[in-house]
Amino acid sequence: MIYLDNNATTKIDETVLEAMMPYLKEEYANPSSIYNFSKRASNAIKESRGIIKDFINAKDEKEIIFTSCGSESANTAIKGVLNYNKAKKHIITTKVEHACVLNLYQTLEKQGYKVDYIGVNSNGDLDLEQLENSITSETALVSIMWANNETGVIFPIQKISEIIKSKNAETKLFVDAVQVAGKIPIDVQSSGIDLLGISGHKFHAPKGIGALYINSKTLITPLIVGGHQERGKRAGTENVPYIVGMAKAAEIATDSLKYELNEVKRLRDKLETSILKNIYNSRLNTGVANRVPNTTNIGFEYVEGELILLHMSDLGICASSGSACTSGSLEPSHVLRAMNVPFTAIHGSIRFSLSRFTTEEEIDYVCEQMPKIIEKISAISPYQDELAALKALKQI
Amino acid sequence: MWDYSDKVMDHYRNPRNVGKIENADAIGIAGSLACGDQLKIYLKIENNIVTDAKFQTFGCGSAVASSSILTEMIIGKTVEEVKKITNKDIADALGGLPPEKMHCSVMGYEALEDALKDYDKSEYEDLYDIMEPEQQEKIVCTCFNVTENMIWDAIKQNGLKTIEEVTNYTKAGGACGKCKGLIQDIIETYYTKQKAENQLSPTQRILKINNIIETQISPELQKDGGDINLVDIKDNKVYVKLHGKCSTCKNATLTIKRFVEQTLKTAMDENIEVIEI
Repeated sequence: MIYLDNNATTKIDETVLEAMMPYLKEEYANPSSIYNFSKRASNAIKESRGIIKDFINAKDEKEIIFTSCGSESANTAIKGVLNYNKAKKHIITTKVEHACVLNLYQTLEKQGYKVDYIGVNSNGDLDLEQLENSITSETALVSIMWANNETGVIFPIQKISEIIKSKNAETKLFVDAVQVAGKIPIDVQSSGIDLLGISGHKFHAPKGIGALYINSKTLITPLIVGGHQERGKRAGTENVPYIVGMAKAAEIATDSLKYELNEVKRLRDKLETSILKNIYNSRLNTGVANRVPNTTNIGFEYVEGELILLHMSDLGICASSGSACTSGSLEPSHVLRAMNVPFTAIHGSIRFSLSRFTTEEEIDYVCEQMPKIIEKISAISPYQDELAALKALKQI
Repeated sequence: MWDYSDKVMDHYRNPRNVGKIENADAIGIAGSLACGDQLKIYLKIENNIVTDAKFQTFGCGSAVASSSILTEMIIGKTVEEVKKITNKDIADALGGLPPEKMHCSVMGYEALEDALKDYDKSEYEDLYDIMEPEQQEKIVCTCFNVTENMIWDAIKQNGLKTIEEVTNYTKAGGACGKCKGLIQDIIETYYTKQKAENQLSPTQRILKINNIIETQISPELQKDGGDINLVDIKDNKVYVKLHGKCSTCKNATLTIKRFVEQTLKTAMDENIEVIEI
């Protein structure tokens, strides 16, 4: 199997699993208990919190709380900020956010919040002018993803923070960093971030663990109320083995950043260049620059994405698609639509996302197979004249 | 991952009858590139028999499979036989489709219908020339260009009852959702109309209930050595008499309530009450 769907989830690193095992077996104590047996569990959490603090360069480990996933981090941050100061009813986000944020905002709109959705251009880059013009004295929160999950396009968070703070110093910035953690360096202090969410399973920890950074100047009303865990900001007995696992994964990710930025990027570029060169009805759906190193989103014109994925799957290649048919939603990806990807290509868009476990041989195999798959599917398309015209155009 | 049947997988992996027929006697098109799937079907018809069929499809696995199996289903059939094929026949031939994918079978049906219209037109070309241009069908869902007739057909052929089902079968209402009210109206109109058509005279109603008791209920009770017959009907109350083992069986009341009443309710209407005398 060749797994090129690492923006969906990743393989658990063996070292991560090993680090978790003692806490799944003998070290099962509740970290809140008083006896010595629970010391090792509570120390493990403390140590893990320190590692996550360093991973995103937070100032203090008190600013880190552990959650169950990226969606919980986003919900805690957004609802937490809004509920703490209910007077302000204006929020800003982007048209290309992850569904967990967009659906939450649609719910908030029904509850009387005014939401502005910032658009993107055809490269996938955010309209910063629209952002600047949208911020008012009433703006409680701006929530923006650091990189888009479908396109890999990175948004200039530091610049965005400067724009926000210059217009309204009280407006809070929540950054959904799920797609950048482990791919590019994160520095919450120099980037001017108030809240930031990450999810372990996107960087080789297991599913079911995430973290939320809340800087010391930002106050929230907790989402999950109960015990005193996580300084009262997130009740529930701590998931010790998974917290330890995510911390180990963050440690390895920090060490692997150079490899991501060089090797993973090189393989991604090799795959991208080869497909664009050898398949005449392919197009890059984004700009070339400002992307996380592991992701490429390519549109195949006049063919449909699910069918491409099914043929890839028959060869053991896993990727994902922005096509309507794969999700059952009937409409193609909201991200690609916001970018105005032409309708000839939007239904045939495929996202390839690599990881540090992706090998050269795997990429070579995919480079070899993709033209055959696309040719096979193109041959049954009713748009033979359009395809022929496209082929002639590319040959000139 | 969709739970596709082996047949669906076989047909998208190895689609049959792909391509174009030059000098086709009929061509049918359904769907569009913007909507995410399109099917073109080409027919060769000789002496009222479909002698060849080919297709070209832009769409997902189930769209290709629906197109492919459709060509297999129609080759060798008479035009009249082909006209009777519904989207349900296509889905059934594939061993079923996931609910959200039923619209792929509908697309097959629509392309076939379009081809048959095209064929009729070429047969009676002179006649068409003197006829008034066909009235534009009323479009309900502007996102996916779905007409009232298409929704009506899907409800009729598949017994659809909710907006969600209509969306799964026709795509209507699947994007902006503005037409959901209209879809609800069509569903209600369809069932009101159907109810009116099904309205029986008192005599017809008695005969129908008696027929159900004799053909569906009595044989089942006979298997257990009992029997049942109709005594009287007053409004929604159906009076029956039990015979043989049934008349002394402790479970008789339960039998009547559960089985007899449910059978009659399903076949007639929900308000029927069965009373043993």
